[in-house]
Amino acid sequence: MTAKTHVPRTPPSLELTQVRDPLSWRAELGRQWGRRRTAWAFGLLLALPLILVASFAFGERSDSSRGGTTTRIFDLAQSGAANFSLVLVFLASELLLVLLAALFCGDAVPSEASWASLRYLLIAPVQRARLLTSKLAIGVASTLLATVLLPAWGLLVGGLAYGWDPLTNPIGENLTWGQFLPRLALAMGYIFVTLLPIAAVAFWLGTRSDAPLAAVGGAVLVSIVLNILDQLDALDPYRNAFPGHYSRAWMDALAVSPDYTDMLHGALWALVWAVAFTMLAYRRFRRSDILS
Amino acid sequence: MPVRAPLVAALVLGSSLALTPAPSSVAAPTTESATQLATPEVLTVPVGAEPDGTKVRLDVSVWPQASGRRPVVLLAHGFGGTKESVADEAAQLQERGYVVVAWSSRGHGQSGGRIHLNDPAYEIADARALLDLAAKRRDVELDGPGDPRAGVMGASYGGALGLMLAGIDRRVDGVVSAITWNDLADAFFPQAAVTRSATTAAGRHPIGVAGPFKQVWATNFFLSALRGVAGEENGAGAAATDRCGRFDPTVCRLFVQASETGKASPQLTALLRAHSPKPTMNAVHAPTFLVQGVADSLFGLDQADATASALAATGTPYAVRWSDGGHDAASTHEAEEVEASYTWLDHYVRDKAPRESALPTAAFTYGTPAGRPGQPTALHNLPAYPGLSGAPVETRELPLTTTGGSLLHPPGGQPASLIAVPGLAALGVSLSTYQVAALPGQSAALDSSPIAEAATVVGSPTMRFTVTSDTSDVTLFASVWRVTGGAVTLTNPLVAPARLTVTPGRPTPVTISLPAATYEMPAGTRWRVLLTSTESTYSNSREPSRIRIQDASALTLPVATGTEVGRVAVAGVDTETLIASALLALLLLLALAGWLVRRRRRRHLPSRPDLADVPLVVEGLVKTYSDGHRAVDDVTWRAEKGQVVGLLGPNGAGKTTTMRMVMGLISSDAGSVHVLGEPVTAGARVLARVGALIEGPGFLPHLTGRQNLEAYWAATGRRPEEAHFAEALDVAALGGAVDRPVKSYSHGMRQRLGIAQAMLGLPELLVLDEPTNGLDPPQIAAMRPILKRYAETGRTVVVSSHLLAEVEMTCTHVVVMHAGRVITQGLVADLVDSDDTTILDLGEHVDHDVVSAGVHALEATRGVTDVRVDTPTRLVVVAERGRAEVVAAAVEGGLPVVGVSSRRHLEEVFLGVISSASAPLDGAEPGDEGASLVERLRQVRAR
Repeated sequence: MTAKTHVPRTPPSLELTQVRDPLSWRAELGRQWGRRRTAWAFGLLLALPLILVASFAFGERSDSSRGGTTTRIFDLAQSGAANFSLVLVFLASELLLVLLAALFCGDAVPSEASWASLRYLLIAPVQRARLLTSKLAIGVASTLLATVLLPAWGLLVGGLAYGWDPLTNPIGENLTWGQFLPRLALAMGYIFVTLLPIAAVAFWLGTRSDAPLAAVGGAVLVSIVLNILDQLDALDPYRNAFPGHYSRAWMDALAVSPDYTDMLHGALWALVWAVAFTMLAYRRFRRSDILS
Repeated sequence: MPVRAPLVAALVLGSSLALTPAPSSVAAPTTESATQLATPEVLTVPVGAEPDGTKVRLDVSVWPQASGRRPVVLLAHGFGGTKESVADEAAQLQERGYVVVAWSSRGHGQSGGRIHLNDPAYEIADARALLDLAAKRRDVELDGPGDPRAGVMGASYGGALGLMLAGIDRRVDGVVSAITWNDLADAFFPQAAVTRSATTAAGRHPIGVAGPFKQVWATNFFLSALRGVAGEENGAGAAATDRCGRFDPTVCRLFVQASETGKASPQLTALLRAHSPKPTMNAVHAPTFLVQGVADSLFGLDQADATASALAATGTPYAVRWSDGGHDAASTHEAEEVEASYTWLDHYVRDKAPRESALPTAAFTYGTPAGRPGQPTALHNLPAYPGLSGAPVETRELPLTTTGGSLLHPPGGQPASLIAVPGLAALGVSLSTYQVAALPGQSAALDSSPIAEAATVVGSPTMRFTVTSDTSDVTLFASVWRVTGGAVTLTNPLVAPARLTVTPGRPTPVTISLPAATYEMPAGTRWRVLLTSTESTYSNSREPSRIRIQDASALTLPVATGTEVGRVAVAGVDTETLIASALLALLLLLALAGWLVRRRRRRHLPSRPDLADVPLVVEGLVKTYSDGHRAVDDVTWRAEKGQVVGLLGPNGAGKTTTMRMVMGLISSDAGSVHVLGEPVTAGARVLARVGALIEGPGFLPHLTGRQNLEAYWAATGRRPEEAHFAEALDVAALGGAVDRPVKSYSHGMRQRLGIAQAMLGLPELLVLDEPTNGLDPPQIAAMRPILKRYAETGRTVVVSSHLLAEVEMTCTHVVVMHAGRVITQGLVADLVDSDDTTILDLGEHVDHDVVSAGVHALEATRGVTDVRVDTPTRLVVVAERGRAEVVAAAVEGGLPVVGVSSRRHLEEVFLGVISSASAPLDGAEPGDEGASLVERLRQVRAR
């Protein structure tokens, strides 16, 4: 620190020029992009198909028709790009994408709190709601990017490794590329929507806690508990409303004659939960005292 | 909402009960509201006596109509059921304006008599008696004397009764018959070996040899009637009657015999055939609606096909609907099937539509399997039943790549292949897999070539091959599988049994009609016809044999392309979608309302133009935390332009809480904060004119110092030129470290970067909480002129610090807080400098007694108001007299005065004001006062 620091002697001007909204999406993206967790998350996503290809190369292909449906799906994984990307989506949608959604949306606010930078954002000043909106927008956009990247990268890796054959599903039906790609896009769109409730729960927990781990872990825990409850037949008509109940309905979109009823239900319930927890998050954060 | 599947589940055997979701029933045009509908009348109706002369009375319920004469519907229940099984349908029909007659069939429920299996002389005659009964009722509409306007409806056992009644009694005006038989002998001894190719979709013209006995179904059938009497007291107690339950002894004996031998006796064949609609079908003139199930290994689609063919031959209006339910599973379109049945009755019975009129439903409806199990099938319509409209059935050939094979029939008929297990499909169990169906050596698999073009097969595929065996009696069971890659799946859990009489060693040609169903044929897959020598649900021969299959022909597949019925139009928007959408809409409305309310509230915060020139005004601030701790209590102070204000106070005094409230980070319970006349709330715009460092700096650890400042400035959304990065970085003085990630910084480096961040944009108010924390003495010294110069530009600095000497040197003004309150404030100069106070420094090693005596002497001096022993060598004297006189008095009192000053250190002022604030009634010895106060302040303020 030097004593010769020059501060303009001009009287402070009363004009402040706002060229962008406080904490613009670009500014928020800049805050999240270089983070190690972002790099790890996308790195893992990109590594997964390569790991799969490597694993398949180790194991022998079994020609016997023993085993359940899952075995058959895996048998078909090496039959072409379309099947490979589908297996990849099947594997990732169960946990990896859920985890990423919880991470991207749940970690944004508490990580700022844990760095003590949250209070400086708020006095920058960024309005509470504006801060949440930017954080949520970038979190959701990151989730969307992951959801899009996964099958696209899977198609590319699968195509290079196993050729560019169109989809054959385990029942033996074939979809041409022209049919498959829009359906895959629809399925990924649906998966993205079903990720939103967990993202919203994580986001809400993030506004309640200063620990990023608590928010992300809490949301994943909620998802696991709901999955367990979803197994109970006793909860039958009511469990349909659970966020994870229709999580596998995206496969409906890839049948030869698709049935969108479950996907409609799943998407609607997902939106209900997502909106509810997002509202809770805003309500909580707008009123809370920032003591971090 | 799950509702009990109305038609099939209630009417057939109890084994295939299932719960399926169905849309709420379609409102029917009714003349009376539900509340006015009368409850059923219970009657006992005497009918024809049993062969042994026992009198029989039927247990009958009649759902009456209150006004006018209305058509009547006889509602017949399924085998093993009672009139209660159809109560729901009865109530629905009553609501539609029918008089409904339901009864427990002979040998069932509370009715007397024995089961004759729809004997025209007994069960059918009973139904005719009920028509007579209806004709006598005042509320029943008549076509003529003794001829009521009547429909008959039923499934399975009741379905056959309806067809037979219509064949015998011309008074019947409409029939709805579901999942029932045309020829009972053929149903229990099915024969898939046919004499010629079918001309209809599911037609089957069996050869003259009876097929193998459908053992498991027959036993189920038999047991379901026995179950009804298990708990009943039987007075006669005859062993034979017990074994037969409520079966007629003749029927019982023949059934037991067939079970023992596995063969049909001529008497049994004759009896079963007579107890079937088949003999009287050509006499049926009432328009008939047939519902038959694909999931039905008891009464297959071929049975309905035969009935429909007979109706077509006599020109009777009919419609056929293939359900995906049946005796093995519940239909996925239950509600629509019930609705179609009611529509049929409405059209022909209630509305008396002429026979030439257009059918009220499609002439033929079939479903194609849904993409996933448990989903409703996709429904398709055809304008006519394939093969009955004059045009031939559209077919396609599918060549086989495997055209032969050989198989063994095991001695004793065991182990048997497991393909179709009745009723299991209803439980959602798909037990049959290829491994238990195709037992090694006991099966032959005939594979087709891959399907080139996708199609839907509707009906029975047929094929020809030759059979060579070493015995004269050969039984084969054919099932259809789909081969995809390595997977072989059963398309429908059905088998087509064929029993042939051959000359041993000689190839015998045979044509087989495979199970009738709807099959989806996706392009690229292959079909496999599996021929097995045994099937566990049938009675298998115990004699071993060796069978060879040769020269299998191509498969002839009946195909159809119906018009798909819009599923949405049929089902409408389901309840779940409705609930979820409503909830979603509600939440969105709530969010919108909340947003609007908040926006309005925010506008109404008043600004204070009178304070527009004051950088910071804090008025009456109060903050109580949720645990009840009052951290800030009525705090009021202000900072003017050009001032450097020090906020002082011990730990827990409320300094940081006040600073957080000033920045809008926490909300106050009362009072206000105004910056340049604008009220401060969370995220208020005016905070852009304030820079702050509160409770230590906060940075993104992965960014460098420079990037952090840039990221912070980007978050403000203001023009980069306004930031003055150069000046800020100059303050931080980080040198080359400015381009290293912040996580590598020391505490002091972060602190300096924090101050630099607060100074970004050169705000009019700079709020620094403990700015010297972590800085070394040279850095602290360098900080001092920076803050002073900053204030000299007309801006304002608020500093909170524990370093009193530092504050004294830097600040122009101080605000002292203690226990959440402001206890003093003012110019630093005013506080430390006062005319009435004299500080006396005493020499070293001065005797305590001397000092005490001197203090007492001073206190006694006129004009001296207070004498305080600050330290053993320092006295503070407050007096109204001049300083020279005070010094003179001290020297006079014997005090070794070595120095005199007018100025206290801020520390003394601080301790003094705090001591008077926290202990106003202190009566301790003057010498102890200082020490005890410091000790007290050392303690953390209790919450």
